[in-house]
Amino acid sequence: MSLRPHDERMVMPTPFAPRVAALCQTNDWYTWAGYTTPNTFEEVGLEYFAMRNSTGVFDLSPMTKYRITGPDAEAFLNRVMVRDVRKIKPGRVGYTVWCTDEGMVHDDGTIFHLAQDDYRLCAQERCMDWLHWSALGFDVEIVDETAGIAALAVQGPTSCATLRNMGLSGIENLKPFGVATFPFNGAELLVSRTGYTGDLGYELWIDAQQALPLWDALFAAGRERLIRPVGSEALGIARIEAGFIMAGEDFVPAEQVVRHGRARSPFELGLEWLVDFDKGPFTGRNALLKEKREGSRYRFVILDIEGNKPANHSFILDKHGRTIGHVTSAAWCPTAKSNIALASMNMPWGRDDDEMYAEIYYNRELHWTRLLSRCRVRRDPVFNPPRRRATPAQDL
Amino acid sequence: MTDKRFDTIIIGAGHNGLVCAAYLAKAGRKVLVLEAASQPGGAAATREFHPGFRVSSGAHLLTQLNPGVAKDLGLASHGLDYAARDLKTVALAEDGAHLVIDGGSVSGVSGNDAVAYAKFHSQNRRFGKVLDGFFSRRQPTLVDRSWDDAFSLLKLGWSLKRLGKEDMQDLMRVGLINIYDVANEHFDSELLKAAVAMDGVLGSHMGPRSPNTVYGYLHRHIADAWGNSGPALVRGGMGAVGQAFAEAARGFGAEIRCDSKVARVEMQGCHATGVTLESGETLFADTIVSNADPKTTFEKLVGYPNLDAGFSRRVHNFRSRGVSAKLHLALDTLPDFRGLDAALAGQRLLLAPTMDHIERAFNHAKYGEYSRAPVMEISIPSVHDDSLTPAGKHVLSAIVQFAPYALREGWDSGKEVFKRIALEQLERYAPGINNRVLASELSTPVDLEREFGMAGGHWHHGEIALDQALLMRPMPGAHQYRTPIPGLYLCGAGSHPGGGIMGLAGRNAAEAVIKHRKDREERAA
Repeated sequence: MSLRPHDERMVMPTPFAPRVAALCQTNDWYTWAGYTTPNTFEEVGLEYFAMRNSTGVFDLSPMTKYRITGPDAEAFLNRVMVRDVRKIKPGRVGYTVWCTDEGMVHDDGTIFHLAQDDYRLCAQERCMDWLHWSALGFDVEIVDETAGIAALAVQGPTSCATLRNMGLSGIENLKPFGVATFPFNGAELLVSRTGYTGDLGYELWIDAQQALPLWDALFAAGRERLIRPVGSEALGIARIEAGFIMAGEDFVPAEQVVRHGRARSPFELGLEWLVDFDKGPFTGRNALLKEKREGSRYRFVILDIEGNKPANHSFILDKHGRTIGHVTSAAWCPTAKSNIALASMNMPWGRDDDEMYAEIYYNRELHWTRLLSRCRVRRDPVFNPPRRRATPAQDL
Repeated sequence: MTDKRFDTIIIGAGHNGLVCAAYLAKAGRKVLVLEAASQPGGAAATREFHPGFRVSSGAHLLTQLNPGVAKDLGLASHGLDYAARDLKTVALAEDGAHLVIDGGSVSGVSGNDAVAYAKFHSQNRRFGKVLDGFFSRRQPTLVDRSWDDAFSLLKLGWSLKRLGKEDMQDLMRVGLINIYDVANEHFDSELLKAAVAMDGVLGSHMGPRSPNTVYGYLHRHIADAWGNSGPALVRGGMGAVGQAFAEAARGFGAEIRCDSKVARVEMQGCHATGVTLESGETLFADTIVSNADPKTTFEKLVGYPNLDAGFSRRVHNFRSRGVSAKLHLALDTLPDFRGLDAALAGQRLLLAPTMDHIERAFNHAKYGEYSRAPVMEISIPSVHDDSLTPAGKHVLSAIVQFAPYALREGWDSGKEVFKRIALEQLERYAPGINNRVLASELSTPVDLEREFGMAGGHWHHGEIALDQALLMRPMPGAHQYRTPIPGLYLCGAGSHPGGGIMGLAGRNAAEAVIKHRKDREERAA
């Protein structure tokens, strides 16, 4: 058996590593799915505001990517996923989650319908084993192309203009969740209008060999529009502002759960809209039907919290001080000027009119303060600008 | 959905399908049993394999028929007639120094061994009584328990407690170990140990040192608790048992259609609503009960795409690797087993000299080879039943192990060689037998799979082992005779309490179907 990249080196550099390392002034790294990735490049505020006011670039090469092909590719994905995959037409991307038999979420991700019988699944976690077991009875081929594909998220109001400036003509006409290909440096550049920031933005996918030329062309094209690399900390704020959940934070992937009952169902993550009981059999259907009939244990909510102290790891209390839920991720959101938390509430808590308080602790020079901050349930994410959906995309 | 003649379709007229049909029909349901073969009975079959010579082509001894089921179905009045009952077991020795086991007594061994065997036998009867209580009901679950399940567990706990401290400790201790260790604890005679070990490994992909062989032994000896001292021979061969079951089912109003092989279970949305035959005909019913083995049911008839991935994985990993071949010989005269009193020729004969011999025979199977010196369970039913052969002639039926289903070289080329090896092995014990063979036939596990539709040619529809037995049979998600597909149930040997011509799986399944349907109607009302 030949050595694969991870056999040779415990933590891998991404295909953009030479550029990323050169720009990472903080030298602040962490490991994401076996790859070295920066938490920050320079200053988290600058990076966050690049995404919100100009263009931020995030190296998402470590994202797990599976190519799924074959005559049963669609039927296979439709059986794995809770949503109706048949509705994702060629040239489109769909957000999805997939579950265990017990209806607990393995992971969330995006399905790229590249062509007839040809899909790419992008996920946070590795799930080859699960996909292979799910492939029993289907004529499909599943290839892990994580290492072979370099990927960049290009997010922010000037992202479209930057890409057009790079030579992607007509990119402004790409609709949200659309996919298009462009010639680049003798190779094919795949662009999807997708992202994790809730704003206008794109994701670029290319053969790993082309990573550095792509980076250079992108940064040259965006220089005048103040393009800036961003680390995961800044992205983390943006995604909370946009109300996106994250595996490992807002839920524990079902196969990583050790203690019984700690996983979450799609209903318990606010993803009921994805679940399609009418499409026929899919893994977890029986369990989810039962949950729908008998009720969920938790309710996922976006909370607007008084004050400006982030409610990370807070318990949510009722007016009598009883614990009724807890925060899974939280941030002070600079653009929305809101203190936002994603939380998992014990049923039936988390209704619109519930009186709830976040128990927040913060420390200033060894002085701890405990706050009980009133929370209100938000029906929509706090950051949701019209330009996110506008087509043709705004030219700034 | 318009054909309302039947509310229940049972896939497979094997004995459990017929038992289930009988109980359901008795309870007033309109039952249709669909059978692929041209006669009902499944592996309880008699077939002419040489002009004038008929043999039980699947099971050849009636070891574990549940007396309650036989009585409820009135099998005796439907033609079940024993040619011989309570057969002795003769452990053959190559030098003619055989030993004979008759219930709890054994001759041909030392006094110590005889006493030890009586003790062993009576303790196993007590264990059998515990199992009997458990086998006769739907298995309980430990989560999502109902009152029924709680009662089953209480009953089990009570029957264990009633065993007394010593027996309970022994059962807990031996339940998970192997028959090799247990036989060595009790006995000195190698031949006796081998005879005991054979009952732990017959039909299983296991050698005497394999775990689960003690459970296999107890499962096989469940009938000791019902008062039998040995297996029975049925007049006309095991096909007569199949016929009696079929007549009983018909007697209660069930309809049986043969030559009607089911190709798939029809689904509407995610519910089972009917079956389509290989002929293309589709039949509808609100209850579908599969007597096919779990692997065939879920992989072939339902299809993995209609099931959850985790459940599909369990089905895929369900062990049903058959290792038993059937040897059928048409004989000119009764063979002479060296030193064997002709009066014993019609008993159950075991050809297995030592436990190590069995283990070595099994070793081959582990690596996809057939045994070079196989072990056998032999029956010459014509000694008791002259309906099977022309006058004065005889027929020999033997279960020959080990013959792995997935033979590495393939059975196309392996079959003749293995048959020759089996005949040579017989020749060592019964010199001259090969000269008396008028015709011979070997059914490999692949042939048995084809003949009876059992995945892997495994007569228990899946290994009898603790990870696939009791609370776990056949697998989580398909226990208690229900399946992940609403409207689809299981009733075969793959379900609790397992195989052997016992009838309990079919009966328990019928009870589960009736109860589940009643609960549903009550909920709806």
